[in-house]
Amino acid sequence: MRTILFILQKEFLQIFRNRMMLPIIFVLPLVQMLILVNAATMEMKNLNIFVIDRDYSTTSRKLVGKFAASPFFRITGQSTVLSDAESSMKRGKTDIILNIPANFEKRLVKENRAEIQFLINAINGTVAGIGYGYAASITSGFNREIVSEWQKIPAGTIGAQSIQVKSSFWYNPELNYKVFMVPAVLAILVTIIGAFLSGLNIVREKEIGTIEQINVTPIRKYQFVIGKLTPFLMIALVELGFGLTLGKLLFDIPITGSLFLLFGTAAIYLLVVLGLGLLVSTMAKTQQQAIFISYFFMIVFIMMSGLFTSTESMPDWALKVNVLNPVAYFIRLVRMILLKGSGISDIYRDVISLAVYGVAMLSLATWRYRKTV
Amino acid sequence: MNNSTPIIRVRNLVKKFGDFVANDHLTFDVFSGEIFGFLGANGAGKTTAIRILCGLSKPTSGEISVAGFNIYNQTEQIKRSIGYMSQKFSLYEDLTIAENIRFYGGIYGLKRKEIKTQTAILLEKLGMNDYRDQLIRDLPLGWRQKLAFSVAIFHNPKIVFLDEPTSGVDPITRRQFWNLIYEAAHNGITVFVTTHYMDEAEYCDRISMMVDGQIVALDSPGKLIQTYNAANMNEVFLKLARSSLTEVKA
Repeated sequence: MRTILFILQKEFLQIFRNRMMLPIIFVLPLVQMLILVNAATMEMKNLNIFVIDRDYSTTSRKLVGKFAASPFFRITGQSTVLSDAESSMKRGKTDIILNIPANFEKRLVKENRAEIQFLINAINGTVAGIGYGYAASITSGFNREIVSEWQKIPAGTIGAQSIQVKSSFWYNPELNYKVFMVPAVLAILVTIIGAFLSGLNIVREKEIGTIEQINVTPIRKYQFVIGKLTPFLMIALVELGFGLTLGKLLFDIPITGSLFLLFGTAAIYLLVVLGLGLLVSTMAKTQQQAIFISYFFMIVFIMMSGLFTSTESMPDWALKVNVLNPVAYFIRLVRMILLKGSGISDIYRDVISLAVYGVAMLSLATWRYRKTV
Repeated sequence: MNNSTPIIRVRNLVKKFGDFVANDHLTFDVFSGEIFGFLGANGAGKTTAIRILCGLSKPTSGEISVAGFNIYNQTEQIKRSIGYMSQKFSLYEDLTIAENIRFYGGIYGLKRKEIKTQTAILLEKLGMNDYRDQLIRDLPLGWRQKLAFSVAIFHNPKIVFLDEPTSGVDPITRRQFWNLIYEAAHNGITVFVTTHYMDEAEYCDRISMMVDGQIVALDSPGKLIQTYNAANMNEVFLKLARSSLTEVKA
């Protein structure tokens, strides 16, 4: 125990004497919060729509007006010739083409039905899908209006005849994307601090040769590991607290669940991440190698973590791979605790999985760490 | 030098890296309290041998005991009884003199109080009292080497292993450094030192001369100079190295 205290004292001295350290701890979260949370949004605003209106009737203009009024669309051009819209799309100026055929209004009156066409640039499938969703909902809203207007039925009573679907969004009622992003960015922060800094720290001792001096001393492996990793566990938790405060101040994210549970979960998660950092440090001889190996794991873990995309919609095999992705667990847990207010009884299975994972990872890394070479 | 049981006992130490034999059946004893020099050109296998004796590396075969402990399964006991100063500089450059001493003293199990008083004594002796709160990176190389040595014997080990401790240091500092080594030996610490400076060899009680992974001579410097009919150790070394070269050619 005394040995560990001596190691801890030395580590903290070195960490805080490093001029890069405080900026990393305090500027990194600020920048990530401000940039990632604001910029990485899946909400589609300002989708560019090009209108081909060959009908040019009251009804068609009314429909176009609906699009113009929507915050999701911006009308970039209007024409009666489809090729104008196509060339605009090719130049990247248009995302969606709304094609209203001639006789639109006439058919609607006579046959009680008419067709319009959406042509969507689907290079980015997600944007295309969501864009279409918005467009379809505007159209169906328009449709309902027309029906009630033409059948001379007051708008309010139309629901009486059909099943009315009324949705209410839970846990993020305003569908605020930032509320979804902040917890995930917090998770990423904790991950980066834990995995990168701890691994680099140990490899640095290899580079300058002091690790050899440590290895001839009677320091036990577990003492070395605890002494090396505890400071980063603490720094990562402070980082989480700092990030959470920023999230509350800047984005007013809800903190529904227990903070104690959040930090406890984070500490358990950090066992995995620190274990990973240590494991990387046993494989790497130089800091460059360590960064490269960590980067490889991190990219895969973060891309599959559910930060940007929904993990549920991944293919089966990817879901199975993701069982091993600690970042996915943690992002899910942070969101559940912060947004849903999930308690320990809701998340204990994930937490236990993480704990088992952490112990396994740390044991593997400690075993791989050799005092002899 | 006393001829009781050897404090380091090495029989047929072999270390191979693939096909390359770095240590080829080394056999020697080091006795308590002596300054034992391990000499040879760069690449002769000195560092490999010293790393094995310190428990940093496992031998391929051979029977080795250090401070009475078996190198294969009692490495932790060995580590408690030895000090080591590696070729690479081993103090933390971003810590001060006092912080380095405290850290190494602490991990060898010294009490904080002991560390404090011993540090004061040591810095007084080295004349570095006014610099105890200086970062190591701001100190001249000679000072660092002396400090590294003092830190290596701070916990009063039975044996201290020095791997080319004076490389890159000016002659005056080297002389001062050797005074520290004498003092340590005088206090009963066995000194095992590798070097490729032949003038330093003459400071040792006994030396073993290594060429291409083998020990080609082992005796006191005086006897070696006599045996090989040389003026100094440098000549002894040249003669030995040359004879092995011609052997290779033949």
